Amino acid sequence: MDTIFIKEQRAFMTGNEVIAWAALAAGADIMYGYPITPQNEIMHYWTRLAPKYGRGFLQTEDELSAGFATLGGVMAGKKAFCATAGPGNVLMQEPISMAEMMRIPAVWFIQQRGGPSTATVIYSQQETRLTCFGGNGEGLRLVYSTATHQEIFDYTLKAFNHAWRYRFPTFVLGDGYQAKMREALTLYDPQTRGTQLQSTSPMLGVKGKVQHHRNTFNIEEELYETLSKHLAEWQQMAREVVEWSVSGDEEPDLLLVAHGVVSRATMAASKQLREKGYRVGHFRPITLRPFPITALQEIAGKSQQILVVESAHGQLMSLVRDALYGCSCAPVHGLLRPGLGITAEQVIRQAEELLPKRGYSGANHS
Amino acid sequence: MQIIHDRNPAMPKSWNRDSKPHRFCPGCGHGIFLKALGEVIDELGIAERTVFGCDIGCSLLAWDFFNVDSVQTHHGRTIPVVAGAKRANPELIVVAYMGDGGGYAIGAQHLVNAALRNEQITVLLANNSVYAMTGGQMAPTTLPGQKTGTTPYGRDPEATGQPTLGPEMVAAITSDRAYVARGTVANFPRLKRYVKQAIENQLAGRGFSFVEALSGCPTNWRTNAKQTWSYLDDEMTKYFPLGEIKVPKVSEEEQQ
Amino acid sequence: MRRQYWRIVVAGEGGQGVQLIGEILAESAYRAGKEALYIPNFGVEQRGGVSIAMVQIANGPIAAPKFEKADVLVPLSRRAMERTKRYIHSDTIYIYDNSDIEPPHVWDEVIGIYGWDTVAPEAFSLAVGTEPQEPGRPPVNEGVRPRWIVGIPASSIAREELKPRVFNMIILGAIVTASRVLPLSVVEETLLAKLGDKLQQYLELRELNLRALARGATFVQERWQGEGRP
Repeated sequence: MDTIFIKEQRAFMTGNEVIAWAALAAGADIMYGYPITPQNEIMHYWTRLAPKYGRGFLQTEDELSAGFATLGGVMAGKKAFCATAGPGNVLMQEPISMAEMMRIPAVWFIQQRGGPSTATVIYSQQETRLTCFGGNGEGLRLVYSTATHQEIFDYTLKAFNHAWRYRFPTFVLGDGYQAKMREALTLYDPQTRGTQLQSTSPMLGVKGKVQHHRNTFNIEEELYETLSKHLAEWQQMAREVVEWSVSGDEEPDLLLVAHGVVSRATMAASKQLREKGYRVGHFRPITLRPFPITALQEIAGKSQQILVVESAHGQLMSLVRDALYGCSCAPVHGLLRPGLGITAEQVIRQAEELLPKRGYSGANHS
Repeated sequence: MQIIHDRNPAMPKSWNRDSKPHRFCPGCGHGIFLKALGEVIDELGIAERTVFGCDIGCSLLAWDFFNVDSVQTHHGRTIPVVAGAKRANPELIVVAYMGDGGGYAIGAQHLVNAALRNEQITVLLANNSVYAMTGGQMAPTTLPGQKTGTTPYGRDPEATGQPTLGPEMVAAITSDRAYVARGTVANFPRLKRYVKQAIENQLAGRGFSFVEALSGCPTNWRTNAKQTWSYLDDEMTKYFPLGEIKVPKVSEEEQQ
Repeated sequence: MRRQYWRIVVAGEGGQGVQLIGEILAESAYRAGKEALYIPNFGVEQRGGVSIAMVQIANGPIAAPKFEKADVLVPLSRRAMERTKRYIHSDTIYIYDNSDIEPPHVWDEVIGIYGWDTVAPEAFSLAVGTEPQEPGRPPVNEGVRPRWIVGIPASSIAREELKPRVFNMIILGAIVTASRVLPLSVVEETLLAKLGDKLQQYLELRELNLRALARGATFVQERWQGEGRP
């Protein structure tokens, strides 16, 4: 098989193209897909690249089929993945719940678009809750929320590795902006950076071993036992994979909280506000599930106020409130713009309304 | 006695003895259909390569029926799961096992599109004219006038359509590499022959294979043994003609 | 002091080649070793068919893909002028087409939904109209005027001296020269790389595009040589 990256190389491309290259570098064997904007170019680039590297692709009749075929591919022992968005993400929850019950390590890429219904093909962060908690029952999954093209590449590698190590369905949650915008990143072979690719093991077709895989149970206790085991393993995984970034003042008057592409605006706002003399902190969950609860509690406990910024009407905010319940008295405000992009300037304006007058704050803390 | 023993040998080797006696109701047709499949797996010596996918519905009860790799899926979704596995590992011999509700209603798009793509898979569908596991509601294959849980006065084709002719539909949309047949659990040797052809078609890499088996459901039909066989033989065959509907063209190269 | 961080908005009608200008600018910046972020059609301006390309070029990391004020604003139709005036700030370089012929014709009314899926460089070939008209006037944004207004009759130049289809390359040449955001030579390189396959097929395209780029550049140089740059 051809080497994918002979050496590390800079590239300037769209997020969808990054995913195709990253999946290739992660050792993905086959993609199953169904067209929906704004993830289509993942399929376009993958189908251009895949035959050159002996990888497979199947376009199915709908998202249900794409999702379930992905499960078949994974059970056959291949690194299989799928991509979708919006209404497709809704249909995809059915196969995802089967992956949760049967611990099938499939990888999904979600490029959020506006909702509900068909809404826009452009952008939102409105699929955060669906991607973290969709499906019937309380399925267990791993969700990464990326902010830059470099992260799309890095976390795609991580998603495949962690999916196969821990055997929970794993997500890279992006959005229409990340899908369509172009920026630079470094492409690399993970093994040259000392990251070994996780090996795979088939659930079907192993010589000398007959396996019966079930997702249906006859009695309550049987299910409870299985779920308890999964939960214990998920909690163990959570401790190992949970990721976040925290920056800015350690005892801020205002803590900005955002995930994904919006955190680029909040990071820039945090920097500019601090340059103006305000005491501002910044917290960004990178894994949305598991949510970095302890880390958030720690910084929130030292914050006077919290401002959650998201292109949705309170999906991240409810995760934040949930995490902080009983641990922090800081009021949680929202800059909530469902389906709309957010600029650093907007964050700064909102923050300045909440922040005490400049100079006063510093005196207060010294 | 000797003759009977020959005609009814011990259970197929590919059956999982630990899950026998099986979980189907007395008089159910599934056991016969699965016996045909079991004997075919034995005769072709493919147990090690076979993946048995079962739908939701009574077919679900077969999840540990065989001593071969098996996977439960969701209602209607068995075809994409086994098609995905086959695409990922073409060495596998994959079988999607389902009922009429799974194949012709909730999963109809998967049957149609897998057939159109000539997926290298074998689909076995038991047609007992009702949703059996959920208590006998109308299915796509319910006969006109047939009483079910949701057609208490008998199925009215004006309001709910005619019974689905699955194999005829599949035959109409597949390439000449496909195998399509309708058998009945009332004629075991013939049904087994169809199942064998369907698996052999996949082994030869020719393409999509589909066998529907007319099957009895005395529990939901509320019939005794005699009535069950009579309904299967006399009533169902009026709407569902038996026989091979499409036999793949075998190229000269393949014949040699 | 030379600007370290550039926010550029190019807006126009579907078929004017607006997105290609954005793409080439961003990719040239990348080639020149800078950080760049280009995003097509993510503004309210696109409502009603205006196509908008948003480009940021910087020496360090770039924040959100959207921004509120433009350091270079290039509206290429009257509608685009109206819809993008909120990007004007007191340091904006404002570049527009002041030809006395009809602005390019709009045939794509659904940019917002599907039009932006694909950036098709060949789609703008017939974009430039021929009907006489009053040139557009740059608007004022709530009393704020751009620092420098560059009117260039790109439609007329394209039609009279070159080919209508290279209208956008004339504009690109003007953008690069007026702002000095990047060396023109890098932009030339990117253009040739970008049109690679097509250029091999049609050799005259290479010449045509390079001439258009240079024409836009020299127009700005000559026009403001005497007056000096603001």
